[in-house]
Amino acid sequence: MKATESSVVADTAGGQTAAERAVWRLLARVPDPEIPVLSIVDLGIVRYVRRAGDGALHVGITPTYSGCPATAAIRSATRAALDEAGFGAALLEEVLSPPWTSDWITPQGRAKLEAFGIAPPAPAAAPRDTAEPLRCPRCGSLSVARISEFGSTPCKAHYVCSACREPFDHFKCI
Amino acid sequence: MSAPAAAPERRDRATAEALFRYVLRLADTSLVLGQRLGEWIGHAPALEQDLGLANLALDLIGQARLLLTYAGEVEGRGRDEDALAYLRDAPEFLNLTLAEQPNGDFAHTIVRQWLIDAWQLEIYEGLGGSADTRLAAIAAKALKETRYHYRFSSGWLVRLGDGTAESQARAQRALDSLWRFTEELFTPDEIDERMTAAGIAPLAAAAAGRWRRRVDEDLRQATLVRPAAQPFPWHGKRGVHTEHLGHMLAEMQHLPRTYPGVGW
Repeated sequence: MKATESSVVADTAGGQTAAERAVWRLLARVPDPEIPVLSIVDLGIVRYVRRAGDGALHVGITPTYSGCPATAAIRSATRAALDEAGFGAALLEEVLSPPWTSDWITPQGRAKLEAFGIAPPAPAAAPRDTAEPLRCPRCGSLSVARISEFGSTPCKAHYVCSACREPFDHFKCI
Repeated sequence: MSAPAAAPERRDRATAEALFRYVLRLADTSLVLGQRLGEWIGHAPALEQDLGLANLALDLIGQARLLLTYAGEVEGRGRDEDALAYLRDAPEFLNLTLAEQPNGDFAHTIVRQWLIDAWQLEIYEGLGGSADTRLAAIAAKALKETRYHYRFSSGWLVRLGDGTAESQARAQRALDSLWRFTEELFTPDEIDERMTAAGIAPLAAAAAGRWRRRVDEDLRQATLVRPAAQPFPWHGKRGVHTEHLGHMLAEMQHLPRTYPGVGW
């Protein structure tokens, strides 16, 4: 958990050029195609934006799941956003290592998920018994039951609330 | 999209050829199993299992794409993931024979899945420390997915095995029918041995021991009986397949072969 937090912070804070900051702001407006309340920055899939020694801007993005069908759409939306904003020379790179974890979803992203009706993931690295319990995103009840580990997209599981009886999606911890 | 610039790996020719075939074995096993699971869509016993099997298929095909892309780069003859998936014939596929076996009933699919999930757990865990950094990155990503695949398949194995008389009989029948293909999983040949010697692949014997302990423990919980070891005439990973693969490829490859270069 500590390592992943620091790796996010290392790439987003301090010592950035104006162009790098502009690209971060730009990508913070590119929505995830399957959960459009989240941006790709909220999801933690933008790994770096940096001006390298060769003078070019390098943008690294990582897939969530190996087979996530949104990966190609995210790639082309990111490319289009860069091109339209005048960063046509920026190089878009696919980063596989370290593998994406739901821990990289930003606090802002987690709040957006819950407001949208999707229970955010517990920390993947934390032991199960110390993790914050799953609560219904509609009524806040902790009395919930899993219906299916697999849901409408690879990243979600299906739950139902025993208090308000509403079904809801849970963003899986990985 | 390109991978971040890295120093090109320097390998001698024999190692590069062995690596190409080794990566294809992993890729083809995931691709063929993913295609098989896709055949369940709309036919699974209940909606939740339909979603589950489709999710597993999606992950497996995603893993296959990463691996096939890499295999094509190692080969260096300009073949991309699509050329390798759609334009090779059965003898050029190097998947484990177990992966190509037909779905059968739900118990049959679960037993096949569980045996391969447990195998992938060991292989991907071992490859996480591979001297080949690209393979290590793909494996680390795939391992996270394989963990919940195994949770799904081993959970169902126990429910079916320790379930009704009917579900237990079907699970045992599936195990009896599929067990003969498991010898191939950890029997190394010269390609595996070269990869292990180069620090790229984990040692087969160590992985086999852990796989066997895990499988035995799951079978105990599922109240199923492990069949006796059987002679081992199947060599899918050397391109010698059962008759089932050709039929599957005919369907999988029909469109791109009929309309070469077709796009959306």
